[in-house]
Amino acid sequence: MRIELEKRAKVSTLFSVLSPFIAFLLTIVFGGIMFALLGKNPVAALYSFFVEPLSEVWSLHELAIKAAPLIMIGVGLSVCFRSNNWNIGAEGQFIMGAIAGSILPVVFYDWQSPLVLPLMMLMGMLGGALFAAIPAFLKAHMNTNEILTSLMLVYVAQLFLDWLVRGPWRNPGGMNFPETRTFAVDAILPEMIASGRTHWGFAFAIIAAVLVWFMMRYTLKGFEISVLGQSERAGRFAGFSSRRMIWFSMLLSGAFAGLAGISEVSGAIQQLRPVISPGYGFTAIIVAFLGRLNPLGIVAAGLVLALTYLGGEAAQLSIGVSEKVTRVFQGLLLFFVLSCDTLIHYRIKLVFERLAATSTEGSR
Amino acid sequence: MGIVEAILLSVITAATPLVLAAIGELVTERSGVLNLGVEGMMIMGAVSAFAITQITGSPVLGMLAGVLCGALFSQLFAFLTLTLVANQVATGLALTLLGIGVSGMMGESFLGIQGIKLQPIAIPFLADIPMLGPLLFRQDIIFYLSIALVAGVHWFLFRSRAGLKLRAVGDSHASAHALGVNVIRTRYLAVMFGGACAGLAGAQLSLVYTPQWVENMSAGRGWIALALVVFSSWRPWRVVAGGYLFGAVSISQLHAQAFGLGIPSQFLSSLPYLATIVVLILISHNRRTTLINTPASLGKPFVPDR
Amino acid sequence: MKKLLLALASTAAAIGFATGASAQEKAKICFVYVGSKTDGGWTQAHDIGRQALEKQLGDKVETQFLENVPEGPDAERAIERLARSGCGLIFTTSFGFMDATIKIAQKFPDVKFEHATGYKTAPNVATYNSRFYEGRYIQGQIAAKMSQKGVAGYIASFPIPEVVMGINSFVIGARSVNPDFKIKVVWANTWFDPGKEADAAKALVDQGVDILTQHTDTTAPMQVAAERGIKAFGQASDMIAAGPNTQLTAIVDTWGAYYVKRTQAFLDGKWETTSSWDGLKDGILTMAPYTNMPDDVKKMAEETEAKIKSGELKPFTGPLKKQDGSEWLAAGVSSDDGTLLGMNFYVEGVDDQLPK
Repeated sequence: MRIELEKRAKVSTLFSVLSPFIAFLLTIVFGGIMFALLGKNPVAALYSFFVEPLSEVWSLHELAIKAAPLIMIGVGLSVCFRSNNWNIGAEGQFIMGAIAGSILPVVFYDWQSPLVLPLMMLMGMLGGALFAAIPAFLKAHMNTNEILTSLMLVYVAQLFLDWLVRGPWRNPGGMNFPETRTFAVDAILPEMIASGRTHWGFAFAIIAAVLVWFMMRYTLKGFEISVLGQSERAGRFAGFSSRRMIWFSMLLSGAFAGLAGISEVSGAIQQLRPVISPGYGFTAIIVAFLGRLNPLGIVAAGLVLALTYLGGEAAQLSIGVSEKVTRVFQGLLLFFVLSCDTLIHYRIKLVFERLAATSTEGSR
Repeated sequence: MGIVEAILLSVITAATPLVLAAIGELVTERSGVLNLGVEGMMIMGAVSAFAITQITGSPVLGMLAGVLCGALFSQLFAFLTLTLVANQVATGLALTLLGIGVSGMMGESFLGIQGIKLQPIAIPFLADIPMLGPLLFRQDIIFYLSIALVAGVHWFLFRSRAGLKLRAVGDSHASAHALGVNVIRTRYLAVMFGGACAGLAGAQLSLVYTPQWVENMSAGRGWIALALVVFSSWRPWRVVAGGYLFGAVSISQLHAQAFGLGIPSQFLSSLPYLATIVVLILISHNRRTTLINTPASLGKPFVPDR
Repeated sequence: MKKLLLALASTAAAIGFATGASAQEKAKICFVYVGSKTDGGWTQAHDIGRQALEKQLGDKVETQFLENVPEGPDAERAIERLARSGCGLIFTTSFGFMDATIKIAQKFPDVKFEHATGYKTAPNVATYNSRFYEGRYIQGQIAAKMSQKGVAGYIASFPIPEVVMGINSFVIGARSVNPDFKIKVVWANTWFDPGKEADAAKALVDQGVDILTQHTDTTAPMQVAAERGIKAFGQASDMIAAGPNTQLTAIVDTWGAYYVKRTQAFLDGKWETTSSWDGLKDGILTMAPYTNMPDDVKKMAEETEAKIKSGELKPFTGPLKKQDGSEWLAAGVSSDDGTLLGMNFYVEGVDDQLPK
C-alpha cells in the first residue's frame, strides 16, 4: 500500500475549515489510546486537556496570558517567513526588547509619569528591532546567512540578560538575588478586564494580527511580500528590492518580538529575571506555521498551543501523568494538525501496490 | 600530558557530537529538506544508546541502537514532510518536542545508573606518535567514524553518481524528477542518514562524553549543529572546521575562567556564538560561491505529477 | 457520539466528586517543582522529601505536584491552579518562585505557602532553607587534608548568594587546615548540562587542581574525577555510584524531615509563618558516608560535623578577611544570617572575581 497525493485544482475551502477538526479527532483517538496504554482513564485525560482549562474564568485569563507572546511573535515571524527570511532568533529579540523596555523602570526608577508606559513599549519595540537589525544587516550587506546569525544571537541575548540582572541591574534591596526591582505601578501594563490577570499585551497581539492581516491582504506591501517570497526574480521584475524586504521583514518581526518581550515583563512578570521566556521565540515558529502563516490563523494556533500547556498541567494533577507524557501528547497534536493541512491542497489516495502488480502481470 | 594536549582532547570530545549531527543534517539539506528536529533525534539516540548498553552490557551494541533509533525517528518526519508534504520547519520543531518527551519517558528507569564508557581503540604504530598519537589515534570508534563520515560524505557528494543525483534533487527537484531521479525516495534516504548521524551523535553523548543518562542531556547541541551546517555553506570539511572552532572557543573560555582572568563569565560564555558569527561573516562575503553551494530547493515541498 | 458525550459527562462528574470527597478526608499537600522530579539533583531531592511525607503521614495527607514549571507567569498559574484545586499547604521549591508565591498567597489567604530559599514572607507564606554551607565547610577541611597541591577546583552554577556562600565556606574550612589553600572557580552558567559540567571539570583538572567540588546537579564532574584519578565531592544527592573510589563525601539534601514537621504543624492547626534555616543538626542536610580517605581525616570530618551539630563551631567565625585583604570578622565574632543570605563577596583565598 502506498499513499499518493493529487493536487487539487483549487484550494479546498471545505478542508481549510475541516482539517483542524479532523486533526483534533485523530488526536483524541490516538491520544486516548496512548493514555489507555499508560493505564490512565482516556476520557478523564482528554477532559483535563481540552475542557478543564476552558471551564473556569481564571483559567481563560491564563490562556490569554500564555497565548499573547506566542501570537505576537508568530504574527511578526509570518511576514519574515512569507518573504523567505528565516528569522529563527525571535527569542533573542524578545529578550532584547524586554531589556530595552526595562531601562526606564529599572534605571530611572524614580521617574513616575503616565508617559513611562508608552515609552517603555516603544523602547521595547526599538530594542527588538535593533537586535534583529544585526542579522538583517549581515544578510543584506554582508551576505551572511540569517539562520545562523539570528540563532546564535539568541544565546548572546540570554547571557547578556543574565549578566545584567546579576550585575549592574540587580535590585539593591533584594539580598543580592538575581532580579531587578519590581517595577513601579506606572510601569506595569494594566489588566484589561477586572475578572482576571490578562493584561494589555493580549490586546496588542490581537491588534498586531489584525493589522498584519490587513497589510497582507489589502496593501501593496503585502503583495510585495508575497511576490518576493515566491520568487525573488519575479519580485525584481516588479521593481521590488529583496534587500529592502530583508530589512523590512526582519525589523518588523524584531519589533513585534520586542513588544511581546516588554509586554510580558511589564504585564506578567513585573521585573527582569535571568530567564523571562520558556522558549516563546521558538514555540512561536510552530505557531506561525500552524496558523498557515495567516495572521488570523496564528491567533487560533497560539490559543490552541497555549491550551495544550494549560491542559498538560491540569492532566498532571487530575490523572497523575508526568510532564513528559503531556509533551508527547502535544507533539502528537502538532503532527496531526500539520499533516491534515495536506488535505487543503491535495487529495490523498491510497494505492494498493499488489493489486497494481497483478494486473500488469495479467496484461502481459 | 601537557596542557595544550589536554585542551585539545577536551575539544575533540566536545566537537565530535556537533560534527556528527551536522554532517548528517548537511546531507539532508543537500537533498533539499530542512529538518529542524536534530535536537529531538539526538536525544532519542542518546537514550536508546544508553538503554541498550545497560541491557546488553555492550556499548558497541548501544551505539548501533542509537544510530538505528535516530534513523527510525527521522522517518516520522520524513513521512509527514515528504509523503504528506507537511511544513518542514514546523514538523521539525514538533519532532524535537516529541523527542524530548518520548526520551524522557523511555529513560525513566535508567536514571541515576552508572554508564558504561565506550573504550578507546589505539591504532597500532600511529598511536605511538608523540602528541598526535594520543590525540588522534587513541580515540573511541565514534570519533574515527565522525572523520570517516565527513570524508565519505565529501566523496559521495562530489565524486559519486548517487551524490550527483542527490545534489540535483536538492538544487532543482523538478528537473531531477524530469531526468528520472526518484525525488521522494532520495529524500527519504537523506533524511534517514541525517537521523542516523544525529542518533550517533546522541550515542556519543551518553557513551563517551558523559556516560550517563539524564533528561535533556543534549542541552541544545542539536541547534548548534544546525547552525554549523549553515556555517559550512553545505560543504563537508567546513563542518569539521566549524565544529572544532566552536568546541575550541567553548573549552578555552572555561580555561580562561579557571585561570582567573576576572572577565564576567557571561561574556566568556557568549564567545563561541560570537566567534561563529564573525568567522561566517569573513567567509561568506563572496555571494556567488555561497549561492552555488546553497541547495536551491531547500525547504520546498515536492509532489510528483502523475 | 452520544455515548462519548455521556461518558465525558459522567467522568467529569466523577472527577468533581473525587476531589470533593478526598478534600474532606485527607489534607492535600502540594509541591511546585522547577525541574523534572527525576533530575537526579535539586528537584529529585525535594520529591524524595515529598515521598517521605507520604510515607509518614500518608493516612492523613495526600500529595500532589507539578513539575518542570518555568519561573515567571507560568509559575503563578501553576501555584494558582494548586491553590484552587484544594491544596491546603503548598511548597514552592525554587528561588525563582518567590514573587509568584507572594502574589498568589495574597489571593488565597486561607491557603498556607512555603517558599524554599527566598526571603519574602507574608502571614500565610513561610520560607525555608538549608544550611548547605555547613557541609561545605567540612568538605573544605577534607579537601585541604587530601589535596597534595593545595588547590581545589569548584564548578559553580550561577553567582547567587547561595553559591557564593558555599564557595566561601569551603575555603574557610580548607584554610582552617592549610592556611595557604587556594581554589579555582569555573562558572558553568547552568545548573544542568552534563557535557558542560564535564568540560568545566576537565579544564580545572588540566589546570592542576587535584580535588573537585561542584554546585551543579549532574554526576558528570564526579565521572571526570574518577577517570582522572582524583577525589571529588558529590552534590545534592549521594553520588557514590558515579565514583566508588572517588567520592569523599557528599552533601545530601534531605528535605523530608522538614516537610513532615511542617505538615504536622499544619494538621494540628499550629502552622505559623517562619523563616526557617535549618542545618545539619535538624537533619535537613546530611553528609554521605566519609569514604576513600585515611582514618585520621575521617575522624577529623566526623568531629567537625559533631561540633557543627552541637553549635560549638560556626563556619563563618572570625578572624576572617575578605578577598581584597580587608577585615570582615574579628576573632571570635560570627556572621549574622542576614549577611550570609545576601552574600556577595569572596573571602581570602578565592582565585576568582564576582560580577559587580
